[in-house]
Amino acid sequence: MSSILIRNGRVIDPASGGDAVADVLVRDGHIESVGRGILPEDGLAEYDATGAIVAPGFIDMHVHLREPGIEHAETIETGARAAAAGGFTSICCMPNTKPVNDCATVTSYILQRAREVAAVNVFAIGAITKGSLGEELAAIGSMRDAGIVAISDDGRPVMNARVMRRAMELAAALGIPVIDHCEDLNLSAGGDMHEGRESVRLGLRGIPAASEDVMVARDLLLAELTGAHYHVAHMSTTHSAEMVAFAKARGLKVSCEVTPHHFAITDEEVVTYDSNYKMKPPLRCAHDVDAIIKAIAGGVVDAIATDHAPHAGDEKMQEFERCPFGITGLETAIGLTLSELVHPGHITVGRMVELFTTGPAGILRLDRGTLAPGAPADITIFDTETEWTYDVQQSFSKSRNSPFSGRRFRGGPLATIVRGKIVWKKE
Amino acid sequence: MNPPARKPAGLLDIESLDRAEIQAILERAHFFQPIQNESFRRLDVLRGKLIVNLFFEASTRTRVSFEIAERRLGADTVSIAAQASSVTKGESLVDTLNTLVAMRPNAIVMRHSASGAPHFLARHLQIPIINAGDGTHEHPTQALLDARTILDQRPSLEGLRVAIIGDIAHSRVARSNVHLLSKFGAEIVLCGPPSLLPKELGLLAPGIRLTNHMTDAIRGADVIMMLRVQLERQHEAPMASGEYFRYYGLRLEHLELAKPDVIVMHPGPINRGQELSSDVADSQRSVILNQVENGISVRMAVLERILSDEVGTGAAA
Repeated sequence: MSSILIRNGRVIDPASGGDAVADVLVRDGHIESVGRGILPEDGLAEYDATGAIVAPGFIDMHVHLREPGIEHAETIETGARAAAAGGFTSICCMPNTKPVNDCATVTSYILQRAREVAAVNVFAIGAITKGSLGEELAAIGSMRDAGIVAISDDGRPVMNARVMRRAMELAAALGIPVIDHCEDLNLSAGGDMHEGRESVRLGLRGIPAASEDVMVARDLLLAELTGAHYHVAHMSTTHSAEMVAFAKARGLKVSCEVTPHHFAITDEEVVTYDSNYKMKPPLRCAHDVDAIIKAIAGGVVDAIATDHAPHAGDEKMQEFERCPFGITGLETAIGLTLSELVHPGHITVGRMVELFTTGPAGILRLDRGTLAPGAPADITIFDTETEWTYDVQQSFSKSRNSPFSGRRFRGGPLATIVRGKIVWKKE
Repeated sequence: MNPPARKPAGLLDIESLDRAEIQAILERAHFFQPIQNESFRRLDVLRGKLIVNLFFEASTRTRVSFEIAERRLGADTVSIAAQASSVTKGESLVDTLNTLVAMRPNAIVMRHSASGAPHFLARHLQIPIINAGDGTHEHPTQALLDARTILDQRPSLEGLRVAIIGDIAHSRVARSNVHLLSKFGAEIVLCGPPSLLPKELGLLAPGIRLTNHMTDAIRGADVIMMLRVQLERQHEAPMASGEYFRYYGLRLEHLELAKPDVIVMHPGPINRGQELSSDVADSQRSVILNQVENGISVRMAVLERILSDEVGTGAAA
């Protein structure tokens, strides 16, 4: 069944600028029409969206699905189910699997596997360098042919500027963006949390904001040199946001994403030595969080992405300095965006929808993020008022490493529709 | 007889203790001082209690000091050097501790090279944990014995000028002392080379000043605390080799800048000719051995407070 009539919701479609109460008719997996008073048909499924928001399917352009190779932490199937429960219809998986997605064989495996088991659309991001070792370029051309939508050595940034330059030149020719996890590994070496008062107090080694800033600066200069489309992953600092704004004003092809945790929590709210607060980039200080929120509100930020990074329980049950970096995020993204950005009045709900739809779709040139007739019927239905509590023990992810368990939210996902089919619905 | 005081779950750090709690421990330690050197005397306040000393990091003085304190109080003790145990076989910290907890000790005294390791375990285990030093975070019993040592020489900590000199960034001794001294109104000057003295240290607690200059730190000081150069925790040299002692080593002529009755402290083990010249270490102003002695009485007070069914007070005794 891939036909459905979604009735009486507030339909927000940034691609067409629409924002009004309407019905959405989906037939055979595609949007047929959007309008008022669409008549029900015999045998046509219906969803009553009264009081809810009906938006193009949300896209998370930055997740880790851990398959192939790290399936004890997550699989394409479980990660996709968590995405559906979080209101996402499309996710883009980073290449740091085992083996690394650095050739067409791995890309094809991931995409094939996703077609077989994933509840949502899965797009693959290929590695920049072989094994993400930062030395020799990966098989970027053949991965592009196999379907990757971007390249990134997420988590293991290319430290050699010459290699990065060559990657950008190639990506520009292939028409795909280069996504960088911006971290100077020499400046951040050994660091476990943001360098500042809290790291000094807790006796933990710090990751200075400058470790991100210097890489963003380098990459922006290389993007200008090469003409590549350059995208800053999980931007977290004041200076990064300023530099990206500056580069955009200069007319460079630059975009950036932020994660919900970087606008929702500061380093001072970290529960002491709890590894569910340990990720890269680290949770920054209050002035960085303010700057990131301003960058979102001011239009500098193009997308919200979760950097969903599942880790098995035993890996996170260790001394803080031994724990791996990263937290899950798919199921809490909408709740956090509403409670931290929309309800306090930093952005409108329309702008929120953009950040999850046309924003990432534009960066990755996906044929998604719109309710235009004929488009694939990926639809996210959410509401802004219903109160609910996140319980990580009920997560669809295989992992439990979230700092947001027990947190109360106002508003969240209600139903997720992929190619006309309801893949998740709130009970 | 003695009113049962609020029983702390363990001792993880000085930062979260209040002044009254610290005061009570220091007073009780004062009561134990005459006993600490009487090797034939054993109290029975902890008779029948089992304490496991779990040292994931090499330590001689702290471990021995805890062992003696435990025995003086009549407890049964087991000490484990965890480098030699199952940890090297890949067992996780949680599993190691769970195994020990299954043997039903009444408390675990723990040293670990990772900051926050005892805090992490305290969240997951139902047993008092006494922090005997965690990474570069805190070493609470060291700060308590340092305070006891100062109070043996001075009526109060309030208004004292205390210079702490050396590798502050990596020092758990410095952090614990800063928190304790600040709670009692001391003026604290932290001194070291720039890379070992991050400016955020000034925000740890009220009453802290930072300087890179030794003479500035020592001028008018009541107490000089020298820290060991922690080569094992430094990931890069803070300055050219050989320059450290020249700029941050304490020599006899420095003492002339301080108050005439200044005392010199060091948590040990000292590196003669590194952070401290031999003549300073052996001078009349040095109370380094008093610190070692007080380690026993202070740890007795801490253990009693955490483990005894009836908590005494200095006054009642």
